Amino acid sequence: MLNSLIVIIISMVLVSNYPLAQFLGICPFLGVSKELDSAKGMGIAVTFVMVLATAATWPIMQVLSKFNLAYLQTVVFILVIAALVQLVEMFMKKSMPALYKSLGVFLPLITTNCAVLGVCIKNIDNNYNYIEALVNSFGAGLGFLLAMVIMAGVRSKLVDESRMPVSFRGVPITLVTAAILALSFMGFQGMVS
Amino acid sequence: MNPIILAILVVVAIGLVAACILSFASKVFFVPVDERFALLREELPGANCGGCGFAGCDDYANALVEDSELSCSKCPVGGPAVAEKLAEILGKSAGAEEKKLAVVMCNGTTQAAKKLMQYSDIKTCKAAKTMFGGMNVCPYGCLSLGDCVAACEFDAIHVEDGVATVDKEKCVACGACAEACPNSLIRISPAKNVVIVKCHNTDKGGIARKACDNACIGCRKCTTVCKFDAIKVEDNLAFIDPEKCKNCGACAKVCPTGAIHNERKKPAVDPAKIEAAKKAAAAKKAAAEASKAPEAESAKAPEAEGKEEGAQTAKTEE
Repeated sequence: MLNSLIVIIISMVLVSNYPLAQFLGICPFLGVSKELDSAKGMGIAVTFVMVLATAATWPIMQVLSKFNLAYLQTVVFILVIAALVQLVEMFMKKSMPALYKSLGVFLPLITTNCAVLGVCIKNIDNNYNYIEALVNSFGAGLGFLLAMVIMAGVRSKLVDESRMPVSFRGVPITLVTAAILALSFMGFQGMVS
Repeated sequence: MNPIILAILVVVAIGLVAACILSFASKVFFVPVDERFALLREELPGANCGGCGFAGCDDYANALVEDSELSCSKCPVGGPAVAEKLAEILGKSAGAEEKKLAVVMCNGTTQAAKKLMQYSDIKTCKAAKTMFGGMNVCPYGCLSLGDCVAACEFDAIHVEDGVATVDKEKCVACGACAEACPNSLIRISPAKNVVIVKCHNTDKGGIARKACDNACIGCRKCTTVCKFDAIKVEDNLAFIDPEKCKNCGACAKVCPTGAIHNERKKPAVDPAKIEAAKKAAAAKKAAAEASKAPEAESAKAPEAEGKEEGAQTAKTEE
C-alpha cells in the first residue's frame, strides 16, 4: 500500500510532471514564474486546491456514476472547482493577505486551470481509491511546485545576469527555457512503469 | 426521467449548494475593506486595460485608497468625467491638485523649419524618424505626422502649421503623447508655467539656426535677463526651472529667435468679446461723465428748451 503511494508521488513529481511532461497548467507556469516568492505561493496554492478539489470531486464522481450520470463529469467538476477556488480565495484574503497580494490576478486563474481539472479527471480514469486519489493530487501539486520553483530560479538569473540579444528577451527566452526544462524532465521517462 | 432535465437539475443542485457555501464563507471570511474602495471601483470603467499603470481597475482603486497623493485622472478610458467622480469620492476637488499639461517643446512651423527632403513614406513619426532622422533639417523637432495625435485618447493634440499643438482645455496630462513622440518632444509640466522654451535642439547656435528660424541658439540672453535665476543653458539649449520661474516673460522678450514663448501674451481673442468690452467701456465713460457733471447738463437743458421755443415762435411769426 505504502509502496504504491510512494510510486504514485514519484511518478507525479518527476516522471509525469504536469507542466513539463504533460503540458497542463502552462498558463501559471509561464505567468507567475517571474519571482521565486510568488512562484512558490502559486505552487502551494495549486497543490492545496488540487488536493481539495480531489477530496470534493472523487465522492461526487462516485455518486454520479451510481446514478449513471458519469457524462456530467466535466461540467460538474468545473463547477465544483470554481466554487472551491472562490472559497480558497476568500480564505487567503482573510488569513494570508501577503500571499493574496503577490498572487494577484493569477488566483482566479486557478479556477480554470487545466492542471486542477486534469488531476481530478485522471484520478477517476486511473480507478484510484480515495487515498490514492488524494496522494496522486498531492504529488501532482508537488510536481507543479517543483517546476514553478525551478522555472522561477532560472528566470531570475535570465533577467539580471545575462546579456542576451534584445529579440530574445521576455517571452521568447522564457519559452526556450521551458522547452529545455521539459526536455530534461524527459530523462525521467520510464523510471516508473 | 428525461436525461436532459435530470442533467440540468443535478448541475443546478450542485450550483445551489456551492452558492450557499460560498455566501456563508463570505460572511465568515469577511475582510473589512475601505468603503471608498467599492465606490471607486464602481466608478472605474472596468476595462482592466492597464492604461493607468496598474494591473487593473481593482488595483488602481486600491492604490487610490492607499496613496492619497495619487492622481485621480490616470484612467484613460473614463477620462475627465471619471476623474472628477473619483476625486469627489476621495474628498479632494480635481482642481485642488496642481493641473498639468502636455507641452510640445518645438516651434518649428512650416515656415521656420528647413526641410531636408520631401517625405512621402509611411505617415508616422516613428517611420519618418528612421529615415535620416526625419524630413526636417533639425533632427530634434516635431515630425508633424501625428503619432501623438493618434496616441491621444482625448482629442487634445493636433498638428497645426507643422507642429503638434496641445488643446489646453481637453488635455488631461496622461502622458500618452509624450510616450508616443519618437523625439521625446512632449513634456508634462505644471499648467501655471506659461513661459516655455519651445525648442529641443541641442546643436550649436549656428547649426541650429540654419536648421530652423525659431531654434534656441544658446545665446544666453535669457539667462542674463532673468531676475530669478530660473534659466540655465545646457547643451546649447535653454531650460526654464518650473519651480523658480515667475512667468514674468522677460526672457521671451529678449529671445532673438523667438524660441521662448510667453503663452500668456496671446489669450484666445474673440472679436465679439472685444466689441462687447469696448461698448462696456464706452458706457462706463458716459456714465462717469454723467455723474460728474449733472449740474452742467441740467443747466444746458433749459437753454435748449428756450431755443426751441424761440424757433417755434419764429415759425409762427412767418
